[in-house]
Amino acid sequence: MTDRAAPEIRVLIVDDEGPARSILREMLSSRADVSILAECANGFEAVKAAAELAPDVVFLDVEMPKLDGFEVRELIDPEIAIVFVTAYDSYALRAFEVHAVDYVLKPFRAERLDAALERARARLGQPRTPADPTSLAAAARPPGTHLSRIVVRDGTRVHVVPVDKLDLVEAQDDYVCLKTEGKKLLKQQTIGGLADALDPNRFVRVHRSYIVNLDRLERLELYSKGSYVAILADGSRIPVSREGYARLKALLGTEDGA
Amino acid sequence: MHPILARKGRLGPFLLAGIPLAAVLTGLLARPGAFTVAESVSLALPLALVCLFLLLPVWYTCRAVPVRGGSPLRIVLTHAVAAALTSSVWVLSGAGAARLLAPFWGSGFPSRYAGEVPILFSTGVLLYLLAVALYSVLIAIEAARDAERRALELQVLAREAELKALRAQIHPHFLFNSLNSISALVGTDPPRAREMCLYLSDFLRKSLALGERKSIPVGEEVALAKAYLEVEGLRFGSRLTVEEELETEGKECLVPPLLLQPLVENAVRHGIATRIEGGVIRLEARRTGNRLRILIENPFDPEAPPRRGTGVGLANVRSRLAARYGSDAFFAARRLADRYLVVLSMPAQVTE
Repeated sequence: MTDRAAPEIRVLIVDDEGPARSILREMLSSRADVSILAECANGFEAVKAAAELAPDVVFLDVEMPKLDGFEVRELIDPEIAIVFVTAYDSYALRAFEVHAVDYVLKPFRAERLDAALERARARLGQPRTPADPTSLAAAARPPGTHLSRIVVRDGTRVHVVPVDKLDLVEAQDDYVCLKTEGKKLLKQQTIGGLADALDPNRFVRVHRSYIVNLDRLERLELYSKGSYVAILADGSRIPVSREGYARLKALLGTEDGA
Repeated sequence: MHPILARKGRLGPFLLAGIPLAAVLTGLLARPGAFTVAESVSLALPLALVCLFLLLPVWYTCRAVPVRGGSPLRIVLTHAVAAALTSSVWVLSGAGAARLLAPFWGSGFPSRYAGEVPILFSTGVLLYLLAVALYSVLIAIEAARDAERRALELQVLAREAELKALRAQIHPHFLFNSLNSISALVGTDPPRAREMCLYLSDFLRKSLALGERKSIPVGEEVALAKAYLEVEGLRFGSRLTVEEELETEGKECLVPPLLLQPLVENAVRHGIATRIEGGVIRLEARRTGNRLRILIENPFDPEAPPRRGTGVGLANVRSRLAARYGSDAFFAARRLADRYLVVLSMPAQVTE
């Protein structure tokens, strides 16, 4: 390792196909300025490795078991530079939205990978504002669709919450607290961003700080003059704002159970 | 379009029909106590000419009240009124001719003509009906030709749709991923890279050759699917296993080429590829009586991140089955916990 050379880039290789990992390894390991920290065969391994090894760059496949590349991007440190490596050109726009430094189409030449590394290196040298977690989450689903599952990282573990099993969302500063199957999970995201991503016919923002799954809504009770509380299936009582009440009424018609 | 007026050169032959018509009219008029032959000819010629021109627009009446689909009362009424009007005009024009001819045949000529009005009127009505009959036949022929042309157009469209479906069945991503694997293996494992090239060529050659045939035996179709799975197998390694259960009788049945291709592709992309541990893709073909049943089964991860493009392949298979067998084919795709099952059933055919 020469000291005059540019600083070493520490990379992670993530792809579920053996040959796809090996071509990346072969091309990257021929460079003296790159150190391969680990190879991961699925999204869970990738999130764990990214949390433990703190790489500079992740070479990331999109379609993988358990978590896809965009979900991995959402769950790892936004400071880590991402180079998507995929056979699909159709993800390029979403890759741009999550601030990927490059998007390499399979199969590729060594020169193409070198160019991606140079772009990553240029990015690493600059202080920059990290990508907004909400926009990362928004790009993690195909455009024109609603969120079907929410991924949450808890240290090196990943929880996948299908929205069917999501009971309630509560805002807590920069985080949202997701209540699902008796558990509480914290995720760094704004409640507004999450409300936008969920199907508005199934999830209603009843209050500035709460999103309720309509299936879990038992009834509304008059709390004081003109203000209501929502009673959920598990008995919890959630405040309902005036706007929230209007949204509920629009969805449920006049039968407000009061 | 009017069959006679629509094209140049048809009016001449049509006017020639006036000659026999004039002859018939002459025969009708030249009776003892009515007219002499010379008088009859002088009347029959203008009458025949006028008749022809009066009958030309009958085509439009026929089009306006088609025999098929119209109410019988309306058809009869329309033609009765039109026949009476046409014949009246015709008889009146004859009276005009008789008056013009009076200087040649004596001043009694118009009144003698008046004596022939009933018989001429009846003849006019008959001629009108004859024209209706002729035009109706022409309209029927035209309709039959139209129907034939439309059927042909539909056939061409169906064939085009099928070809388009065939082309859509091989995804470029499959090629890109395979080539990426080959690119990797060239460095690490050249013999396997060569093997993969051969499998890929095998699959491409077969699929190109089969695509041009209308039907192929299930045995060949499954061999093609297996060539595809061999290529995918090198990509996924031990994650992908294939099991097949093909009955000899079932193997011989004919199916549209590449029918199973989208299903096998889905089984890999939405099944095996979603599981860390991979799994087994099972292919089964069996003939029971006069039915052929094909089954494709694969495991999948119900909690996998959603992938786009599941519906296209299934819709493709469904529409090709419907195009070939109509309501005689059955297609079902079911999720059973963590297994995905596709069943196709169609008439067992061994000859085209």
